[in-house]
Amino acid sequence: MTDTAFVEIRNAAKSFGSLQVLRDINLKVERGQIVAIIGPSGSGKSTLLRAINELDPLSSGEIWLEGVQINKKLPHRQYERHVNQVRQDIGMVFQHFNLFPHLTVRENITLAPKLLKGMSAGEANALAEQQLAKVGLMEKIDAYPSQLSGGQKQRVAIARALAMKPKVMLFDEATSALDPELVEEVNLVMKQLAEEHMTMIIVTHEMGFAESVCDRVLFMDGGVVVEEGPPEVIFRNPENERTRAFLRKHLQTNHNR
Amino acid sequence: MSLDFTVVPQFLDVILLGVLWTILITLGASVLSFFVGIFFAIIALYAPWFVRLPFRAFEWLFMGTPLLLQLFLIYFGLIQVGIDLPAFVAGVIGLGLHYAVYNSELIQASILAVDRGQTEAARTLGLSRMQTLRYVVVPQAVRDVIPPIGNNMIALLKDSALVSVIGVSELTLSAQQAIGRTFRPFEFYVTAAAFYYAINLIMEAVQRRIERRIALSR
Repeated sequence: MTDTAFVEIRNAAKSFGSLQVLRDINLKVERGQIVAIIGPSGSGKSTLLRAINELDPLSSGEIWLEGVQINKKLPHRQYERHVNQVRQDIGMVFQHFNLFPHLTVRENITLAPKLLKGMSAGEANALAEQQLAKVGLMEKIDAYPSQLSGGQKQRVAIARALAMKPKVMLFDEATSALDPELVEEVNLVMKQLAEEHMTMIIVTHEMGFAESVCDRVLFMDGGVVVEEGPPEVIFRNPENERTRAFLRKHLQTNHNR
Repeated sequence: MSLDFTVVPQFLDVILLGVLWTILITLGASVLSFFVGIFFAIIALYAPWFVRLPFRAFEWLFMGTPLLLQLFLIYFGLIQVGIDLPAFVAGVIGLGLHYAVYNSELIQASILAVDRGQTEAARTLGLSRMQTLRYVVVPQAVRDVIPPIGNNMIALLKDSALVSVIGVSELTLSAQQAIGRTFRPFEFYVTAAAFYYAINLIMEAVQRRIERRIALSR
């Protein structure tokens, strides 16, 4: 059918005016693989992640998901329809959760399935319960987001994304905004997803977590992938001097915390 | 000559009918101004220029001219082009559109103030632009704007007295009718004022209730 990998990024580049934030990035992710993207702030890792579902479209290059090009050049109306379609296959979890505050947990989860998959209220409800059970928050189904802790909010956000049955999940620093004691509950949910072989691309500052769940790690700096490899190599024995410097600095700041 | 409030109860039926009309006009115009205000806000923010520009002119007409003139125009002026509206309907439309323009300004600001992350989250799930507005952005914007809109509705109540000039027997005109027959302006104007104040208090209570109910969902 196609010669592209499950998720494939080819020659990705992006600039804001004269500032080039991504340069010639290539990435292949196979089905069920988990890839972590690490790097200092401003390295372009979040921009790359947001390019995958067209939140921040690339200036040039291609993004493919299961043989479908996501960033197709199309006339405006067709492009909108295409993007709305492909985004249903790409779950995204944000640093600041972005739950809908005017809706209950149940409504947060069922909104998109009802609108986009034509699910009845009953079907959508069953789905919401199933997803919430998975993230361990069944008892919060009728709560509003303002009644949840940060960790609970993020677990609901994950359940909301999973309810669309995405082919790939993108995590944009999902635990960076959480108090340290709430990080673990979110990490556990992500680990569980890993065990179910969900394809995931994770932008993170949690080196320990990345090392324990990921198949591959990309180190980005200055808009390019500086080094890429299995976690045991990147974290234990990186080749590149910039990777080493970054990890050393990161280790220090974490010890000082 | 002394004040004598004992004449008031004899005209209570006239006054209460006036109260009823005032409430109907205020309610009708409030509901109209609320929904049309949302519609105007979306036009002002998202419509293409060839819709937006004529709309701006229309908006200017309603913000830049006296409400009284607008009521005359809708009630007397439109007859000439074949639109003969009953006075009550003309009053509700005039007040409703006038306040819709003011509500629209509030709602526009509120829409723009909804966190970008909300739109991103909705679009990421696959919602279209329109669905995102309809289900995520506008409901939040409207919730945030309920206190200032409530203030507009109280101003609308007071402006509903202007509808008396096109012949709707609302509270102010009813008071005048009673005065015409008794020559007791002080008593009846004070009575009318008391009723306006009472309606005002009820509106504030309703507004507080709504605000309490939505407090959780912000």
